[in-house]
Amino acid sequence: MTRYIIRRLLQFIPVILISTLIVYALVFAIPGDPIRALAGDRPMSDAVRETLREQYNLDDPFLIQYFKYIWGIVTALDFGSTFNGRPVTDIIEQRLPVTATLALVTLVIQTIMGIIAGILAALYRDRFFDRFVQVSTVTMVALPTLVIGFLLQLIFGLNLGWFPIAGVNNGISSYILPALTMAAVSTGILARLVRSELLDALKSDYVRTATAKGMKQTRVITRHGLRNSLIPAVTFIGADLASMLGGSIIVETIFNLPGLGQQVFASIQGQEGTVVVGIVTLFVLFFVVINLIVDLLYGLLDPRIRYE
Amino acid sequence: MPEPVLSYKDIRVSFATEFGDVDAVKGVSFDVMPGEVVAVVGESGSGKSVTSSTAMGLLPENATVNGEVLLEGKSVLTMSTAELRRLRGSDISMVFQEPMTALNPVLRVSDQLVEALQVHDVAFGGEALEKSIALLERVGIPDARTKIKQYPHQFSGGQRQRIVIAMAIACGPKVIIADEPTTALDVTVQAEILDLLRELKDELNTGILLITHNMGVVADMADRVVVMLNGEVVETGPVATILGHPEHPYTRRLLAAMPLLREAGDPSLESERVVVTERGGVGDSSSSRTATGVPDGRSNGRAANGVAGTDSDAPPALEAKDVALEYKFRRKATRVVHDLNFTVQPGEIMGLVGESGSGKSTVAKAVLGLLDVAEGELRVRGSNMPALPAKEKKALKREIGVVFQDPAASLDPRFPIGDIITEPMVVHKEGDKNSRMARARELLDAVRLPSSVLNRYPHELSGGQRQRISIARALTLNPTLLIADEPTSALDVSVQAAVLDLFSELQQQYGFACLFVSHDLAVVDALAHKVLVMQKGRTVEQGTTDQVLRHAKESYTQQLLAAAPVPNPEVQARRRTERQRLLAALA
Repeated sequence: MTRYIIRRLLQFIPVILISTLIVYALVFAIPGDPIRALAGDRPMSDAVRETLREQYNLDDPFLIQYFKYIWGIVTALDFGSTFNGRPVTDIIEQRLPVTATLALVTLVIQTIMGIIAGILAALYRDRFFDRFVQVSTVTMVALPTLVIGFLLQLIFGLNLGWFPIAGVNNGISSYILPALTMAAVSTGILARLVRSELLDALKSDYVRTATAKGMKQTRVITRHGLRNSLIPAVTFIGADLASMLGGSIIVETIFNLPGLGQQVFASIQGQEGTVVVGIVTLFVLFFVVINLIVDLLYGLLDPRIRYE
Repeated sequence: MPEPVLSYKDIRVSFATEFGDVDAVKGVSFDVMPGEVVAVVGESGSGKSVTSSTAMGLLPENATVNGEVLLEGKSVLTMSTAELRRLRGSDISMVFQEPMTALNPVLRVSDQLVEALQVHDVAFGGEALEKSIALLERVGIPDARTKIKQYPHQFSGGQRQRIVIAMAIACGPKVIIADEPTTALDVTVQAEILDLLRELKDELNTGILLITHNMGVVADMADRVVVMLNGEVVETGPVATILGHPEHPYTRRLLAAMPLLREAGDPSLESERVVVTERGGVGDSSSSRTATGVPDGRSNGRAANGVAGTDSDAPPALEAKDVALEYKFRRKATRVVHDLNFTVQPGEIMGLVGESGSGKSTVAKAVLGLLDVAEGELRVRGSNMPALPAKEKKALKREIGVVFQDPAASLDPRFPIGDIITEPMVVHKEGDKNSRMARARELLDAVRLPSSVLNRYPHELSGGQRQRISIARALTLNPTLLIADEPTSALDVSVQAAVLDLFSELQQQYGFACLFVSHDLAVVDALAHKVLVMQKGRTVEQGTTDQVLRHAKESYTQQLLAAAPVPNPEVQARRRTERQRLLAALA
């Protein structure tokens, strides 16, 4: 087990190196001069520009730039700074809580709604509730996030006035609409996954054995049916949580939340390579850690899986 | 006259399907007395499982049940869900067919046993755990106190079935319904499980309703027999009468279809003159049989056929020299077959026999090129196939046909039959559209199916018909070697008999050599010229069928032979004592 975790952690190194390299290369490949973009319409003397270019290693070949950047991280935990001189770690520190809250609220909403809807749909198979879940989940999956976001803003924000439309000035309620928007697709997929897994489990031999023991139907379902059918749901939720950071780019823009997603978007436009790479590295790290946790959780839920 | 513990009266079951109602059971009545074993026999679709399930209320929602089921005089069908639930597991319990899936994989055995006791208020907490340990000890799980904390996958198939039985007897039921309890098990394990059930029945005076298709199991266990066909009882009576003097033609047909493991001195052996020719050292013996006269009805379709290729200069169809096979998992190799040596001459059938985990299917896989050979040589018609360059290997592979166990899974459901049969020709770029279809018609004719099935799909055919298609496909390229991996073990006995007849006829007609992998000694006896017995990846014994199956030298072979039940209660009772003596001598 410990050996397995160590091996997995060692695998992180190449994953992170390769992904940062790719992101760095992409930012590098964007045409235009970032220093000029920084200056905007104001005039800038050649001397200032040269100093700035040197400070950000912009004249080095691409690979050298990249290695200098990685070296800084490894030796001094220096993730670089923006062209305005603000450290990237500072930006992350300020914006991470927003995105983390958004992801957490989304996770809670989609897990609860998805699993409950899936269970009820399986138990009332082919009845009204099942049909309702089937149709509504397809609709949610099919609608683009943008449309769902605007719809929620219109109905719950403008018409009903229940939740704020944008910004983060109203505490947790500011996050409800963005989280619902982000949860829509995954709730639908999760509900369908749980439904089909539970239906399979209820048809299984060990559920029949449990029924033959004389157990109550509800006990049979909760003790024998559910646990087995939730194992794939855990995999899905994990993978989804990891990909939420990507989804946050759109949602944070729609709802004007000052989170990491919005920052990445702005930094790409401003060609702030170090910021983009810093945040994306964080996303990648988060992704691999979540995947490791899911795999370990899997082993806990299903005793047939053992890691050596 | 004691009261019956379980009694079915005029049971009728129909299922509502999208094609209208289907009557599965059409008026079935019989009783089970305390301490009595009643065997319900019949083939798939006879309604034997459906009938017995009515006593537990375990049928799916679309079933309509009429008639009356009395459990100790109480009518089960009129009970409420709650009343029914109190019966399940306490007065009446079940042992299922598939021990691998009958236990919940994510719960410890202790949880599942304790739960069975707690549901019916028999015992709670620590007391329930102690009782569960005692139950496991009772059903013969060694080291029960530590083992009970393990999960089902940490037990073998036979042990899992013991655990299921422990659950079934937990609350001291009046009657146990055992639905094919040993079908998924190896013969030696089957014999042990049947012994256990017999002991428990005598100890607890429990009635057992045994559902099975295996007449050998019936002879071993049953007091009375109920024969079912298409949802009706065709014959019922004491086991000696039904198996000894069956009245109904269906019962007779069922008994005649059972492949028999013949003992030395069996009259049907007289009709076969066995010629043994020794060649080289151990493990290189080959035999040829020639039939003298017309074989009688029983041995028709058995090994009373001549070996086609008598040319002694021709290389063997298949030859294994010091073969070792291994599976690789995360760069760690596990050796599963060791030092395997055998020769299959052209036109010869070799039975490869063993229990699960013996490596017999692994050998078949290696011959098919689906597994790399770790060590040794695997010669097909003289050339070491694994060492050949890809192109020659492919050319050589057309000499090998294959028939798999499950005809439902080994035919692509989206391919029409014609395409299935001709696919080997497409793969090896042989013939054009017309000649391929002509070949398909020819083969369908050979496996006795009408050419009208060419455009049908596998699901439109029955299991036996599908296996005929599998055989036809295996023969498409006229192979010199056929690999048959348990080709009939998924089929009903009567279907199996027909397929085996066909198989041996085709073997005579086409003269292919065959590696016939099977766990069923009787089937091997019916077909094979020689036999190789494997255990845990090693060769135990090999020789002519007669040598191995009737004059076995090794104790493992003797155990295997002794464990196979025969459909004659008196003979089986004698064999049972002999087996116990053999095991006692070995212990």
